[in-house]
Amino acid sequence: MQFELTNEQKMIQEAARDFAQKEIAPVAAELDREEKFPAEIVKKLGELGFMGMTIPTEYGGGGMDTLSYVLAVEQVAKACASTAIIMSVNNSLVCYPLYEFGTEEQKKKYLPQLASGQKLGAFSLTEPNAGSDAGNQQTTAVLQGDNYVINGTKIFVTGGNMADYIIMTASTDKSKGSRGVTAFIVDTKWPGFKVGSLEHKLGIRAASTAELVLTDMKVPKENVLGTPGEGYKIALRALDGARVGVSAQALGIAQAAFEVAVRYSKQRQQFGKFISEFQAIQWMIADMAVSIEAARLLVYKSAFVKDTKKYFSKEAAMAKLFASEMASDVTSKAIQIHGGYGYTRDYPVERNYRDARITQIYEGTSEVQKLVIAATVLKEFAQ
Amino acid sequence: MRIIVPIKQVPNTNDVKIDPKTGTLIREGVDSIVNPEDLNAIEAALELRERLGGEVIALSMGPPQAADALKEVVAMGADEAYLLTDRALAGADTLATAYCLSRAITKLGDFDLIVCGRQAIDGDTAQVGPQMAEFLKVPQVTYACKLDVVEDSVVVERHLEDGFETVKARMPALVTVMREANRPRYPSMAGIRRACTEDVVHRWVATDFDAEPWRIGFDGSPTWVKRTFTPPPKAPGKRLEGTPRDVAKDLLKTFTEKNLL
Ligand SMILES: Cc1cc2nc3c(=O)[nH]c(=O)nc-3n(C[C@H](O)[C@H](O)[C@H](O)COP(=O)(O)OP(=O)(O)OC[C@H]3O[C@@H](n4cnc5c(N)ncnc54)[C@H](O)[C@@H]3O)c2cc1C
Repeated sequence: MQFELTNEQKMIQEAARDFAQKEIAPVAAELDREEKFPAEIVKKLGELGFMGMTIPTEYGGGGMDTLSYVLAVEQVAKACASTAIIMSVNNSLVCYPLYEFGTEEQKKKYLPQLASGQKLGAFSLTEPNAGSDAGNQQTTAVLQGDNYVINGTKIFVTGGNMADYIIMTASTDKSKGSRGVTAFIVDTKWPGFKVGSLEHKLGIRAASTAELVLTDMKVPKENVLGTPGEGYKIALRALDGARVGVSAQALGIAQAAFEVAVRYSKQRQQFGKFISEFQAIQWMIADMAVSIEAARLLVYKSAFVKDTKKYFSKEAAMAKLFASEMASDVTSKAIQIHGGYGYTRDYPVERNYRDARITQIYEGTSEVQKLVIAATVLKEFAQ
Repeated sequence: MRIIVPIKQVPNTNDVKIDPKTGTLIREGVDSIVNPEDLNAIEAALELRERLGGEVIALSMGPPQAADALKEVVAMGADEAYLLTDRALAGADTLATAYCLSRAITKLGDFDLIVCGRQAIDGDTAQVGPQMAEFLKVPQVTYACKLDVVEDSVVVERHLEDGFETVKARMPALVTVMREANRPRYPSMAGIRRACTEDVVHRWVATDFDAEPWRIGFDGSPTWVKRTFTPPPKAPGKRLEGTPRDVAKDLLKTFTEKNLL
């Protein structure tokens, strides 16, 4: 075991840090305030290769390992959690399943544009009645000749109003339940595709969350991803990888709040002393430092296991569960260290705190992560 | 276009602290970076290459770890990199450095343009660029804030203290650029991959570029450093206090007394 990054990983981390601090951090508060989708920034990230990092170079990707990807998401999230989730969705929930389950033609057609950021991808599994119970898809896809005709409403689609292509699930055979779910590659320019309302949210306000309304939308048969009925499995596989990305997002948010809070504690004086001299503040700092480091080890480890091509659902769920709970706790403490100032929009910890909260919910709630972890552990103990 | 960009690896002076006892820089634990204005030089060279075709070759002299600096500029897009690294080169002043770099450039063959950063943040001499031009007997244009190639010449806008000056020089030529010249690009994934997986940095020892032994390293360096010191901090300025009206009055009075108005 070794805890040293390779030269390549260090360079990627540095490039991501440099870009995030110079290009994203200065505008992050404004993007949040205005609920403004960072389209320009995403484009630039794509040009540099951050939007399809683990996709092999032959399909226009970065050809990097998962740990490199995680290091980059962490740095971007440190500057702006909204930008980080847009990046993570495109990498993990769009490019990855396309690469893993797509036909050669599909890969050649979609990956180079998506991995280079020329086109943006989104992932649409959730429905009003299919949240944690994502297999319960009500949207239907009926085969008519060479096309599937899709009808239904999808919700909570990150970047759904901005995306060019969407990996979307629908039921092709209700009688089979989750085994009757099929995944499609949808072009948002097709007739029958409509963006409904956008959510107004507590955090990650710059990453739009869209409702999609599908009315007799025709999808050519060749745009089925994987095989009919394989959609739920594909979504879960993609989500395993995406959880590693979200855990890195949580880590970056926490790290940002932590650094600001420590610096603040060394500047703010009360009772004639810097507040960093009070043991109460020091204990918070120690607890924050330990939990961030513990989360980092879990997150990096999950990335490492993914790259060994072993089954990594448990590791990903552990990383996501721990890092997201940690981020909410650490950002809350960061506000505490700031006192009243931390509760205002004049300090970034207020945004960090709001942004951290979503990581406990999307791509599987904390409760769902525990279900995954427990199920795997119990299976490991089966005779 | 064949463009050569000499770069230097320097300590990140943003991180550097000064030892209060000795007054010298504490370099321990300080990151090394590519000298900031050298990144502007790389950017200028890459932009020219994108427009006119050709290649950008980065060159550095330094210890083996200076290869990291060269890898960084390869990740930005430089085509090739050469590192002059040899114990015999250690202790070089600006003259010996410029000599070695110009020997190496001669060895690399014909070139159209050499683009350097104006100066390095650790020495601040701004000498190496001009000295190289002298060794190579090519025209030099310093302090460029804009440059362009028109036919067989480089057209440079120079930033001077009291204005701008546009100079046209026949190529091959040497230009030193300032921070204002452009915004250096970020390394790309593809660039980082290439820098880390391919053998992009060629290492040369002194004999590889036919350097005359008496002109290199410590022995070839006529500069004598008498003393390095941190200048004493300036006395604090005068602070005017009171109501805005009083302050404005005092300020006006001071200006008049000093004949500034
Ligand atoms: C900002 C945002 C962005 C999103 N982006 C996307 C996206 O891009 N694509 C996409 O497809 N989806 C997206 N989602 C949807 C997200 O993944 C779901 O909201 C999430 O999975 C939870 O589903 P739900 O909201 O229906 O909650 P529910 O499933 O209704 O859960 C409600 C509560 O019940 C608990 N619960 C549910 N089932 C169980 C159980 N079996 N055991 C124990 N507890 C249980 C949950 O943990 C939770 O506490 C996004 C959501 C948000 C808010």
